[in-house]
Amino acid sequence: MSMITVKNLRKSFGKLEVLKDINAEVKEKEVICVIGPSGSGKSTFLRCLNRLEEITGGQVVINGHDITDKKVDLNKVRQEVGMVFQQFNLFPHKTVLENITLGPIKIHGTEKTEAEKLALELLDKVGLREKANSYPGELSGGQKQRVAIARALAMNPKIMLFDEPTSALDPEMVGDVLEVMKQLAKEGMTMVVVTHEMGFAREVGDRVIFMDGGYIVEENEPNALFGNPQHERTKAFLSKVL
Amino acid sequence: MDIISAALPMLLKGLQVTLYIFVIAIIIGFLVGLVIALFRLAPIKILNWIAKIYVDAIRGTPFIVQLFFIYFGLNSLQIISLNSTTAGIITVAINAGAYFAEIIRAGIQSIDKGQTEAARSIGFTGAQTMRYIILPQAFRRMLPTITNQSIISLKDTSLLSVIGIADLTQQGQIQASATFEAFKIWLAVGVIYFIIIYLLTLLANFVERRFQLR
Repeated sequence: MSMITVKNLRKSFGKLEVLKDINAEVKEKEVICVIGPSGSGKSTFLRCLNRLEEITGGQVVINGHDITDKKVDLNKVRQEVGMVFQQFNLFPHKTVLENITLGPIKIHGTEKTEAEKLALELLDKVGLREKANSYPGELSGGQKQRVAIARALAMNPKIMLFDEPTSALDPEMVGDVLEVMKQLAKEGMTMVVVTHEMGFAREVGDRVIFMDGGYIVEENEPNALFGNPQHERTKAFLSKVL
Repeated sequence: MDIISAALPMLLKGLQVTLYIFVIAIIIGFLVGLVIALFRLAPIKILNWIAKIYVDAIRGTPFIVQLFFIYFGLNSLQIISLNSTTAGIITVAINAGAYFAEIIRAGIQSIDKGQTEAARSIGFTGAQTMRYIILPQAFRRMLPTITNQSIISLKDTSLLSVIGIADLTQQGQIQASATFEAFKIWLAVGVIYFIIIYLLTLLANFVERRFQLR
């Protein structure tokens, strides 16, 4: 079953066209890694998938909802799509526990005790139960990102989007976050991951998309894409990062 | 000293009026400011314009002119009839409202865009995002400036004496001319204002500490 279908997606910021005719499909339980040089449009592509960026043209269908349709209830669709940001974006005025429970309580109308029970389970999963009553300011970057993942999971999403989740982390923190993401992939979460972690893309990705200049240049299974890239631009990029 | 102790009951009565007007006006003013700030930031052109015109009009005219406009000007139309206290409260409220609007707008805009994006990505509506995520954080940042504007508004209430409101300043005037002891009376009035504003500052500091981000 197709969870995400993208057809002829275009996105411009004023005169600058960032995405030019993107077509992609993500099936249920698939993990897609999006790689490419900075400015290639990969983050914008990801942000179009929950319409954090207004879409200039084309069609994006998320789990059966056409989010480019004017009548779509975007807030409803977003509840099914969790997102993790490079800069974590935890709510600094709320404790770790409150960060995780706020959505379920206010949006799903979950009982507070119920929401807290779920939140603690999620914190167990990301290995941070003891930080439940800490504030984000008291956490390291890696811990913040794991809380951000737990916060997104608390809404019980069908799809998780990751926007360079480890790019703002100290190198020794990266492993913990990737470990949580690997676990999530193993459990069958549908994931789209914009990343510079080629090792992760190779190991966890079902498919890797290489973007450059607003286009999807090449798309393949990780071993094929990394081992035998077809396009010159892919080769050039990989030779720099691998 | 007995001059002051004789005048004190009337001065304190005036203080009551001052505080009554101040508290009501500042609450209304804050709510007006919040609405205008949201107008200013809303993605709707006409609301932006209303907010901008309001803020510019209030900032661009003296308080006393606003007071005369509302008390004498509006009453002269003979459509509504405002007593001096109501006119006074309205003037202080809409005056403070314009400044609060700018404070609140700047406070909201100072919050990182990522906060809105995170909240929206979870599925919060724009209004929920404002209420649970943006405003609580913005409010903490705005507190010192809000305190400042409140103090200015409290002092502005002394101008209400010119339309005959029996506030602390008006009572000072009455006592000064009744006793011919202008120096002592105005010193006493000044000290009372100072004490009230000092207490207000302490309160603000307390609130600020309580709401500090950890």
